[in-house]
Amino acid sequence: MSEKHRILIVEDSPTMRQLLVFALKRLKNVEIVEAQDGMDGLRKVSSDHFDLALIDINMPVMDGLKLIRLIRGEDNLKAMPIVVITTEGAKEDRERALGLGANEYLTKPIQANRVLSVAKGLLKIDS
Amino acid sequence: MSDDRPPIFGRAEEFLTLFKRGAEFSKELIAENERLRRRILDLEQHQQFAAQDPEQWDKLREELIQRISSLEAERQSFLERMHVLEEENHQFAARYVEIEEENNNLANLYVASFQLHSTLDLSEVVKIILEIVINLVGAEVFAVYVMDERTNRLEAVASEGAEPSSFPSYSLGSGIVGRAVASGEIHCEDGGRRDDASRPVVCVPLKVQDRPVGAIAIHRLLQQKERFTPLDHELFTLLGGHAATAIFSARLYSESERKRNTIQGFIDLLTK
Repeated sequence: MSEKHRILIVEDSPTMRQLLVFALKRLKNVEIVEAQDGMDGLRKVSSDHFDLALIDINMPVMDGLKLIRLIRGEDNLKAMPIVVITTEGAKEDRERALGLGANEYLTKPIQANRVLSVAKGLLKIDS
Repeated sequence: MSDDRPPIFGRAEEFLTLFKRGAEFSKELIAENERLRRRILDLEQHQQFAAQDPEQWDKLREELIQRISSLEAERQSFLERMHVLEEENHQFAARYVEIEEENNNLANLYVASFQLHSTLDLSEVVKIILEIVINLVGAEVFAVYVMDERTNRLEAVASEGAEPSSFPSYSLGSGIVGRAVASGEIHCEDGGRRDDASRPVVCVPLKVQDRPVGAIAIHRLLQQKERFTPLDHELFTLLGGHAATAIFSARLYSESERKRNTIQGFIDLLTK
């Protein structure tokens, strides 16, 4: 039996969280954990192991960019793949997020199959 | 234990083994020779027979030609079948993509509908409408209007990209928003990048049966959103019905809660 992939979704919008859970549940052997802001995300990522994190940028309490910076500052979290999901479509926003260490940058409105294919690629799951 | 026999015996045994192998090999050669001799005889007979009977030869030739042509036809039919299968394969691949897209669209619609009916708190309902329009439609500047039943005007109660107060209010039947709500028809202009505060590119009237509840007016889409997709139109239709019902139910619930609290207050006053 193959091991379970643990995915963390850090997003303040319940609508987006539900949509992302819907999309990612189509992957086999995944466990999805939700966090409703950057601080909640940091708490969860610090206390548990995750194979992938999907992070929104505009969030209350702590924004996604700050969360990425903090995650990449931790030695044990440096290798965890991060996907940014945001409404910010400008080139400089993308470059800033990727520069901080995000692996992929997806803009809203998202397509569930695009999220799925990016997640598969980062988790190295065959189709 | 040592072998006491003279070495000559060992050599004799070796020679005997060698001789036996030679004999077996010779037998095999004789058998092969016999087989080849028979084959030559068969061929010679066949040749003689064919030379003696040209009709038989022609018949055989005809049969072989027919066989070749039937094999050719079979090959052609296999090739055609292969093309048909390839074509079917392409059709299945295209259908798979279509179903995949439909599946995604249904997921979006399900989530939107589920969230809209997940609460009876009016401010929560409005917040969910904002989330849906931002995240699922991809709007950057827009307002949610609610019908003020006392003044019969549509007032912006929530917005994104600008303050609600910066969006004009409308009376029923006036302006794009007022007309859309009065007619119950969705107003949608393609190419949602125009930035005109007075003229929305999309206006979704919110109605419960024939009762106007409000509207969603989108003035600008996100930078990366170039055009409306079929899913957006589905979402507009869903919002038109479900957002209206959600607002209507939340308002009714809030009113009934207020009344219940007032009655409870009276009861408490009378019983204490």
